[in-house]
Amino acid sequence: MQVTSHVRPPLVTGGKTYHDITEDVCKQVEAKPNMRWGMAFAASLITLFVGGMAIYRLFFYGIGEWGLEKTVGWAWDITNFVWWVGIGHAGTLISAVLLLFRQKWRTSINRAAEAMTIFAVICALMFPVMHMGRPWLGFYWALPLPNAFGSLWVNFNSPLLWDVFAISTYFLVSLVFWYIGLIPDFATVRDRATSKVSKIAYGALSFGWDGAARTWQRYEAVSLILAGVATPLVLSVHTIVSMDFATSVVPGWHTTIFPPYFVAGAIFSGFAMVLTLMLVTRVVFKLEDYITINHIESMNKVITTTGSIVGIAYITEFFIAAYSGVEYESYCFINRATGPYAWAYWIMMSCNVLSPQFFWFKKIRTSIVATFILSIIVNIGMWFERFVIIVTSLHRDYLPSSWTYFHPTIVDVGTYIFTFGLFFTLFFLFAKFFPVINMAEVKSVLKSSSDKK
Amino acid sequence: MKETKNYWKGLEELREDESFVAQRDKEFPEYLPINESGDGTSAEDGSRRDFLKLMGFGIAAASLAACEAPVRKAVPYVKKPVNVDPGKANYYASTVFDGENYASVLVKTREGRPIHVEGNALSTVNGKGTNPQVSASLLNLYDSSRLKSFQKKGADISKSAADKEIIAALKASQNIRIVSNTIISPSTKQVIADFVAAYPGTKHVQYDPISFSALREANGGLIPSYKFDQAKTIVSFSADFLSTWLSPIEFAGQYAKNRKLKKGVSEMSRHYQFETALSLTGSNADYRTPVKPSEEAGYVVELYNQIAKATGASTYKSGVSKVDKSIASAAKDLLATKGASIVVSSSNDVAVQTIVAKINELLGNNGATLDFDAPCNLKQGNDTDLTTFASDVKAGSVDAVIFYGANPAYDSAVASELTSSLSKVKTKISFADRVDETASLVDYICSDLNSFESWGDAEPYVGNFSLIQPTITPIFKGIRSAQESLLTWSGNTTSYLDYVKSYWKTNFFSSDSSQVIFSSFWDKVLQDGVYVGKTATVVETTATEEGVEEEVVESNGMSVDSAAARIVKTYKSTGGLELVLTVNNTMGNGGYANNVWLHELPDPVSKVCWDNYLALSAADATALKLNEFDVAKVEVGGAIVQVPVLVQPGQAKGTGAIALGYGRTKAGNVTEKLKSKDDSFIKNATGVNASGENAIGANVYPFAKVINGNVSFVVGDANVTNAGTTHQLARTQTHQTIMARAVVQEATLAEYKASPDAGRVYPLIHTSKGAQKPNEVDIWAAPASSTKAEYEENKKNGVSEEVVTHVHPNHHWGLVIDLNSCIGCSACTVSCHVENNVPVVGKDEVLRKRDMHWLRIDRYYASQPELDADNKTDAKKAGYQALETPAYNPEVVFQPMMCQHCNHAPCETVCPVAATTHSSEGLNQMAYNRCIGTRYCANNCPFKVRRFNWFNYSDNGVSDREFGAVNTPSNDDLGKMVLNPDVTVRARGVMEKCSMCVQRIQAGKLEAKANGRKVQDGDVVTACASVCPTEAIVFGDMNDPKSRISQVMTEENKDRNFQVLEEINVKPNVSYLTKIRNKA
Repeated sequence: MQVTSHVRPPLVTGGKTYHDITEDVCKQVEAKPNMRWGMAFAASLITLFVGGMAIYRLFFYGIGEWGLEKTVGWAWDITNFVWWVGIGHAGTLISAVLLLFRQKWRTSINRAAEAMTIFAVICALMFPVMHMGRPWLGFYWALPLPNAFGSLWVNFNSPLLWDVFAISTYFLVSLVFWYIGLIPDFATVRDRATSKVSKIAYGALSFGWDGAARTWQRYEAVSLILAGVATPLVLSVHTIVSMDFATSVVPGWHTTIFPPYFVAGAIFSGFAMVLTLMLVTRVVFKLEDYITINHIESMNKVITTTGSIVGIAYITEFFIAAYSGVEYESYCFINRATGPYAWAYWIMMSCNVLSPQFFWFKKIRTSIVATFILSIIVNIGMWFERFVIIVTSLHRDYLPSSWTYFHPTIVDVGTYIFTFGLFFTLFFLFAKFFPVINMAEVKSVLKSSSDKK
Repeated sequence: MKETKNYWKGLEELREDESFVAQRDKEFPEYLPINESGDGTSAEDGSRRDFLKLMGFGIAAASLAACEAPVRKAVPYVKKPVNVDPGKANYYASTVFDGENYASVLVKTREGRPIHVEGNALSTVNGKGTNPQVSASLLNLYDSSRLKSFQKKGADISKSAADKEIIAALKASQNIRIVSNTIISPSTKQVIADFVAAYPGTKHVQYDPISFSALREANGGLIPSYKFDQAKTIVSFSADFLSTWLSPIEFAGQYAKNRKLKKGVSEMSRHYQFETALSLTGSNADYRTPVKPSEEAGYVVELYNQIAKATGASTYKSGVSKVDKSIASAAKDLLATKGASIVVSSSNDVAVQTIVAKINELLGNNGATLDFDAPCNLKQGNDTDLTTFASDVKAGSVDAVIFYGANPAYDSAVASELTSSLSKVKTKISFADRVDETASLVDYICSDLNSFESWGDAEPYVGNFSLIQPTITPIFKGIRSAQESLLTWSGNTTSYLDYVKSYWKTNFFSSDSSQVIFSSFWDKVLQDGVYVGKTATVVETTATEEGVEEEVVESNGMSVDSAAARIVKTYKSTGGLELVLTVNNTMGNGGYANNVWLHELPDPVSKVCWDNYLALSAADATALKLNEFDVAKVEVGGAIVQVPVLVQPGQAKGTGAIALGYGRTKAGNVTEKLKSKDDSFIKNATGVNASGENAIGANVYPFAKVINGNVSFVVGDANVTNAGTTHQLARTQTHQTIMARAVVQEATLAEYKASPDAGRVYPLIHTSKGAQKPNEVDIWAAPASSTKAEYEENKKNGVSEEVVTHVHPNHHWGLVIDLNSCIGCSACTVSCHVENNVPVVGKDEVLRKRDMHWLRIDRYYASQPELDADNKTDAKKAGYQALETPAYNPEVVFQPMMCQHCNHAPCETVCPVAATTHSSEGLNQMAYNRCIGTRYCANNCPFKVRRFNWFNYSDNGVSDREFGAVNTPSNDDLGKMVLNPDVTVRARGVMEKCSMCVQRIQAGKLEAKANGRKVQDGDVVTACASVCPTEAIVFGDMNDPKSRISQVMTEENKDRNFQVLEEINVKPNVSYLTKIRNKA
């Protein structure tokens, strides 16, 4: 199935054997948690609880705790939502799209990337619920459930409802895809397990995997089918999220360019986030031989490409605003670049459009430190992109009488921190208890077909 | 196999009875009493399934009932009062007079509770209109700071015990003073006269916090009635006659009458305003000139000179070196419209008013636009009486004093003098309804009833009467009306109602021949609320009589010569920052300081609420190194006040202005609550002023000066320094200019005469078919028409119901707002607030831009490029930065903005749960119960009229988010009585907005149905339209070609009619008429 070239460098370095792979990956699961992990996990738990105080205030008093107002009805909440959803794009893209494109280098990063996707989508999903005025009703009223209110149905015209479908589908497919991939590795851990608890736990998790050829054949088939299902979802989720804005009448939102622009932005930010996490993980778990500089370089190339697409989209928006002759839209974009939120706009521009251009230099795109810094800058930039789109469009729309300037509160910040706490808590739990690298798949790319040692 | 045996259960089966056969297949042949509605014959009835359903319901209901449900006290009538039908509103005619505002009103009551106040259309004074204070006065009735019983030095005392002690004390007193604001009730004046007869040492002192003493003095002791509707030219010197000056509701109505344009009517009055601070009236003027207060009197003289030159009278030196050319054009217009013009001034200087009176005389306005035959009874206060009283108290020559509806320890120029020396008076009594600044200094507080609880009468103009009738039984039994107290103390035991009746019988019924018996005369007057009498019968009490006698010489109190000489002597500019004290129509003189509706209502011009401020021009603020919201230390003659700074366009250079009526320290619980809580939220939510006192805003009455015997609010040079702190001002509108957008479309009168659609902007959308009107571009198969016939035609042709119902087969409600008539007074905002239980959210929330007003009035200042530009495109060339800065003396527009009830509503499509939908009558509806609060609708609303309940604003018991401190109308038990039972009180997390008073529409439809007819025009009026003093808001059924709204839209003002944001084609049901300015 795998076809490789003679001239390609090996994807796994350090002269690893099949057993080394099993050892390197499983030892994280089997060994006692190390100090560094413990401290990182404690830090994320503290973040979770600090942010939890904001969540408490939010649910107890109401979303007035946020800085939202009559004119800017969405700000940090939906910014964070779109940002997390965007981050949640990379995992599936890496696993599904790159699988379909036979990009074998993905095998050592897809597990963690998918886990990141799942956790990012969980964080994202919190916002649509939290941002509701009445989440205790809204979380199920937004679903098309039979009810006793007469023939009361959800509004299928509303992009928010499309969101409900798009994101829940994406979440479920990603979750299943990720889990199916985990099964052979769980079986490996099960087979090596010494303690009774581990045996039972990983035994249950591995669904009785027997490693038979037929099982492997089915596994491959299911992976391929799920990859096929997941691929359009990568495009659809952010397309639909972008329609939350594109189908409205708000100048700056009402733009047909949004779907491709959002998808490119999502991949952009997702890859950056994967890089941030992988660069830390490979050091903490000593996986430098699996996540190599080649991986980092490939991903940096994707970041440069998508960053440039996003840059073109920004410029196109300006052109269309001017070309359309629509007074409100023209003003909206001039206001973005020169108005009270110009600072946010220029942060966005420099982080998203300028910073990835540094990757044109091989020295920079193969530098781990530079990559790490730029990956964080890109994510900051992408957060500001959503902030700019949401807040600067809303704060000055049609009637000047309603124009305002949005100020976030400590609870806005706290809510964002909470999702970070949640994300990292889940990620560190995953890193400790689940095999962070797909052993089965990495083994399949350990030796190129030409390499007959 | 053939069945051979035949078993049977009974003889019926064997015989195969017909009745048996019919029931044979049923499980339970006999009737089961489960489904009561069924007759037991059909298979559906009484099935096991139903039984299980009912059982299931029973269990569910029992378990639900076991959950604790809040106890709602809704007690039905045991004996139903006559004329009170639960669920049906009753309207009673009454009068609101608070010393400042007069309005004959209709009070809407539900189950014995007054819940809304509208103008009385029968009144020749205010008509249907009210103003914010009149509408909001209702909340004073349900104010939990009101005293529940008489008090003696802070302790409750029974009425009889108080009477005994007071009578003894009064009998021992030689010099008694009754201190009140203006009293316009003839029967109350009679009561006071009776009291004076019983205690001959009594003098009645009337004063007004906002004094008109000089106007009265200069016009020979009376104030004429003004007829702005007959004036073609109006020149006003600082007189804010549309908002606060004398009788603003009446004047607003008159003013608008003469400025309404329609087919065939293309003339309107021209209005010049010369003033220091930008007032509401100045905002509406065709020509407004900012003038320093030191020059204003000189301007009056200059105007006089111009008139005098033309009419041959002598001219005088004005003392003003450089006069704006607008004086010359004003004079020209005045001379061209002799006998049909008005010149007014708000100055409380007899000299200025003498000149103004002379100008009117020279123009021949006396008897034409100024009517001295039916003079005004408002503002009878006399400044000299007040100062005399204060010095008498200081000298210790007063033995007893009764404060009747007056709070001179706060709102007079002698406040500090009185506060320190009042202890010299042996017996001090107050009729205040709360322990206010004055009442806290007295021995006995014998609280008066609220005017909604009491009987009474009023005579705003000589011969023009109205009655006050109670619309609720007195809420507190421990208090009684002030008149009854005075009667009791004078030894008269009749009730005040009987007293009023007998007064009316002797004085009015006797001279009225329309009714034969008194009771029918009384009932008629009571029902109408108003009565125009044949004779004037104002009883003058001693003090005023003396005052009047001095001044009622046929000629003016002062000659023009000496007046002009005194003006030159008095008014000299020293080059300092000249401070004036202004009055706005929200806080007025400070009497409503515990009224949260008025605190939350922004100042109509500056849009600041919950505070007063020092208004400075941008140039002065820069010169003084003060930024907006910096706290300024203002010092005038030893008195110091700390107030935040607001940069106010239109404020004359070299001047400052601070509004009166703020800084009450003993107004009631809204400020009192602060003392018990230290939480910063609550402090901000209500108010800590810039000086750090527990008060809302700063009290500037101490700045008031007595100049030449009259109280002057032009207080001279102020020393303004930066106090080094900041104090945020909460504004409901945070962007002030219109940015050259065609949101408000306007033109000049000349342009309008040339083409009635002048100023209209017709947006075009470029499509593949060429440029099209926005409404021609539609993704729907647009139905042909909106008439019922077309609807049926469409249906017959198989157009789907969804498309067909986009037309409005029965009614199609809409609003048309005439921007030329709207003066921005905000009466509609308060009325809407009251009608729809809109929450009050407090300063902190307004600062976070979360005011809840369903109906706001957008006020835009023109920027300099807009003023300079001939058309909008040129203005834009100046750049957006230039457009954001208001001009020094901007043109101002007001635009009431509420839900536009779009037929292609952007909010409706985006709600995920369909909580906001469109009715077949064109209304955009909110189902609060369905709303989950995603706020997408609000984001997608181009007009930003949707309001969100960020917190639980009502019934909020959570300690550090206690909106009870500010939202008294839906938090405390007494306040809740004001809630409209027809309108849901919204919970936390729910979106709300203007419903076009759907409850009133429903009530109107039900009423029509009960009478077996169709709804007619006028059956339904929205709360906003019902109080508009200028009839700028017209509500009605656009499907009815005869309705007023259809007439306006299709006949009278077709060409001026525009929809806001027409280019986005949301098809609003609210439209506007262009604003036309009468300027060259």
